[in-house]
Amino acid sequence: MERIPILRMGEYLLVTIQVDMHDQLALTLQDDLTSMISKTGARGVLIDISSLEIVDSFIGRMIASIAGMARILDAQTVVVGMQPAVAITLVELGLSLSGVRTALNVDKGMKLLRALLDAPAGEDLDVRSTP
Amino acid sequence: MSVRRREVIQLRGDADVVRVRQTVRGVCTEEGFSLVDQTKMVTAASELARNTVVHGRGGVAVVEALEDGSKRGVRMTFEDEGPGIPDIDRAFQDGFTTGNGMGLGLGGSRRLVHEFQIQSTVGAGTRVVAVRWR
Repeated sequence: MERIPILRMGEYLLVTIQVDMHDQLALTLQDDLTSMISKTGARGVLIDISSLEIVDSFIGRMIASIAGMARILDAQTVVVGMQPAVAITLVELGLSLSGVRTALNVDKGMKLLRALLDAPAGEDLDVRSTP
Repeated sequence: MSVRRREVIQLRGDADVVRVRQTVRGVCTEEGFSLVDQTKMVTAASELARNTVVHGRGGVAVVEALEDGSKRGVRMTFEDEGPGIPDIDRAFQDGFTTGNGMGLGLGGSRRLVHEFQIQSTVGAGTRVVAVRWR
């Protein structure tokens, strides 16, 4: 079965979506990621969508669910690399991806994840103050 | 108004939704759409094609390059012989869903195009036409 690879790096899981995802592939990724978090005890998930040419409501929902499920499993999710045209379209479509943390690129995303994991428990980090 | 190119895609499953996205991308590129306009059309195509597959139990998509005087555009038609939509106004409301999506498919895709028409008859099927001009 076709799958999107998940890389483990210390306490982080890294995913780069590089194919035009059909719906089943998106659902498989959601299942694989949640089981990987639970199996490895990962604290952070970074999803790179810089190769994604569109995010429609289905893929948007998948991203939001991954972030929600990860949070319940005590892991933080950051989505990075969204193309400007995709962001413009998403907002017009009516999807705001609220509850999903984003960063411009992998570098900034990793910095954000590290800052989130370093923050004292219970304290919600102000994302905008992250350099 | 003339049709300069016409592509017909059968819609039966997930993979066909991807195929429609790729076809719409190709036609929009050829018609000189900007990247943002292409992305809007491809996203709308994805929503509407999924509706046809999931709610319409499959159907057909027609993607056409249009020329109207100096205007260039792309028209997408999605047709199924599924159960139809009993309450179209309600189906357009954001957040209304009978499937497992976010309920943004119809209302959202209408916002991404310039012209949008839907005809649906309960028990006979649904036809959606969406046009975006360059």
